[in-house]
Amino acid sequence: MADGSIGLWTVPLAVLGGAIRVSTPFLFVSLGECITERSGRINLGLEGTLVMGAMSAYGISYLTGSPWLGVLAAGITGALLGALHAGICSLPRVNDVAVGIALMLFGTGLAFYLGKPLIEPTAPRLPAIDFGWWSDIPQVRAALRINVLFLIGVALAPILYWAFRTTRWGLLIRTAGESSDAARAMGHSVRLIRLRATMVGGFLAGIGGSFLSLFYPGSWNEGLSSGQGITAVALVIFARWDPLLCLWASLAFGGAAALGPALQSVGVTSGYHLFNAAPYILTLAIMIITCSPKRTLTGAPAELSITR
Amino acid sequence: MIIGETPPPSGAFGVDAIAMTMRFGDFLALDNVELKVRPGSFHALLGENGAGKSTLVKCIMGYYHATEGDIIVGGREQAIANPKDAHALGLGMVYQHFTLVPAMTVAENLVLARDNVPAMVNWPKEMKELEGFLARMPFKVPLSAKVSDISAGERQKCEILKQLYLKRRFLILDEPTSVLTPAEADEVLGMLRDMVVRGELTILMITHKFREVMAFADEVTILRRGKLAGAGKVAELTPDAMARTMIGAEELTVQPPRTGEAGQARLELEKVRALDDAGAIAVHDVSLTVRAGEIVGIAGVSGNGQRQLVEVLAGQREAESGEVRVAGDPYHASREEMRRHRMSLLPEEPLKNACVGGMSVADNIAFREFDRAPFASGGWWLNRSAFRSDARKKIGQYKIKTRTPDTPISALSGGNVQRAVLARELGGDVEVLIAANPCFGLDFAAVAQIHAEIMAARNRGAAVLLVSEDLDELLELSDRLVVMFHGEFVYEARTSEADLTVVGRHMAGH
Repeated sequence: MADGSIGLWTVPLAVLGGAIRVSTPFLFVSLGECITERSGRINLGLEGTLVMGAMSAYGISYLTGSPWLGVLAAGITGALLGALHAGICSLPRVNDVAVGIALMLFGTGLAFYLGKPLIEPTAPRLPAIDFGWWSDIPQVRAALRINVLFLIGVALAPILYWAFRTTRWGLLIRTAGESSDAARAMGHSVRLIRLRATMVGGFLAGIGGSFLSLFYPGSWNEGLSSGQGITAVALVIFARWDPLLCLWASLAFGGAAALGPALQSVGVTSGYHLFNAAPYILTLAIMIITCSPKRTLTGAPAELSITR
Repeated sequence: MIIGETPPPSGAFGVDAIAMTMRFGDFLALDNVELKVRPGSFHALLGENGAGKSTLVKCIMGYYHATEGDIIVGGREQAIANPKDAHALGLGMVYQHFTLVPAMTVAENLVLARDNVPAMVNWPKEMKELEGFLARMPFKVPLSAKVSDISAGERQKCEILKQLYLKRRFLILDEPTSVLTPAEADEVLGMLRDMVVRGELTILMITHKFREVMAFADEVTILRRGKLAGAGKVAELTPDAMARTMIGAEELTVQPPRTGEAGQARLELEKVRALDDAGAIAVHDVSLTVRAGEIVGIAGVSGNGQRQLVEVLAGQREAESGEVRVAGDPYHASREEMRRHRMSLLPEEPLKNACVGGMSVADNIAFREFDRAPFASGGWWLNRSAFRSDARKKIGQYKIKTRTPDTPISALSGGNVQRAVLARELGGDVEVLIAANPCFGLDFAAVAQIHAEIMAARNRGAAVLLVSEDLDELLELSDRLVVMFHGEFVYEARTSEADLTVVGRHMAGH
């Protein structure tokens, strides 16, 4: 092995680096979904939003030469898809889960259709900051090349946590999610609050998508997302609708997802696909441990269709 | 300063509703109703369920727009388009269903209720102001506690405090004391009464408790079936006269007299423990014996474990530990056991807990017996016409108002759903009856009928466990009274010897 100098340390380092890299889309989508679900609606369409975000980010970055404009375009695309979801859900007798699934298929399908011409060209990528300059070891440097979006996401989690408690919008979103009757009695439009929350959620999910096409893996193709969008929705439940826990959950999930490739790099090749399934096994295990048929989920917004 | 840029004038004002008519499609909910609430008075609005009380106050608050009629606030005609307009005029309402957000703290709920919540809330400053406000109020609520963790009585106080915090000067209360113990009700209403006397507040209270009307209200308006049935000064009226005005000419079922003595133990609970949905202990090792020909009433403010106890007996919840025996046999709420021991159940919210809303009245009535003769042959081939003919018989017998036996049961009014469940549960022989808040939200006619049926079941020798939040109902029906507080039975007495103040104290946990 060429990098035998640090031996098995490669694995935790690669897991750390992977956790940071792989977790970014999870982080953005789960924070976005956290906002949406706190307002009392579940948007399962974020997988489609993620893929549409990836496609539009790549396209705009390629056309304008600016990856940041691409990120913005991804966010706007996501917000529009969120508005579509919220708009359809505000009609009477519409189920948000069913609309979400429809939009998931719609989003991915549309992205593949519009993104056909983008498979060939190369678009400018997002920059990364080198936090590993102090080290001579290439693996350390690789692990600590941290992308800017990840840092924004990390900052966003405590900001959201704070905002849910101390800002008017945070309180209103929680009210709409916990008791739409109470929100209506105060004279607020629950529909409008949820529209905005779903749009913001879509915006963040779109940005999560831009990370996929503009940083890691860093190109546009149809196999870009392996269900990150839908997994992130599950992460929110698992993180008990708490933005800070969303951050930790995303990191744990990213780390687990990096386990397979990391083990492969030190020569453990048997069971590669099994290790790749680590994040899903992790999710199942945590869900089984933390759930009980005799209790309701603590922290679940009371208006959410899946908890009601 | 809390509301708006300009300080609102202080002091009570009056509200008049003139010639109010409200139509929902073909249904006339209000027909030319008039309501005059004088400034600085305590006004009671009486009427049966469906008489139009809620519709009327919702028109005043701007939730509904009356088809015809005017609202005059403080002597001036006002167009109230939505609740925000009403709030701006100083009108506030305390709803029957809580409008507090359970997952938030009391302080968050209070601040959130303001019309001008700051974009960023300065919590240290707000907490200081809230504490200052509470210091001026005669009752206290814990500011940093989550609403889901405080008692129902505290929540109701919190709802009222919220309106005072918002400086409302005309307060509409919708059945404000339904979750309070009699002592708590007197405390809250007494304090509001003082504010009315001081001229700070006008109150319009929807209620059905004559005791509170007589004790606290100055004037009363009575509605019946969307029409004004009567109005006047409370001092010149008696509870009987008001009840007659409310009910009109309708005949009430006469309750049979209490006859016979209690026999053998039928239903025995031994150290039953059950958890609530959050996994906390809701029913704490309770033991109780109900004998044949006896009604045992369980009193208590809602949320003290009564619901979980009934769910265990109904088979909707597993007991953590302890034993339930019926006629000496262990009981696990299986269908076979229920049938063998002739158990009947009247759960609260019957549409949710005892019916399938989308299925017909006939099907719902047949649930207990649908897979036996004559409803089924061989245990699987259902005889629909037997369903229907049985349902028709029971619909007549129990006065269920439904268009046909095939109407989905969810289309029926609350009283008629409860009558249908009653027909199913009490239609045959009954040895054990468990009833939970069987009359909640029902009109006089339905209440009288249900009370009569429960008493008749007792007289026929059934062991009856009656769980209710309505103390009057328990005092009227039960032979023995047990008070449940924090999941435990804290008091027991023969109803004839029970002292109301002692019962109330135990309900409040003292």
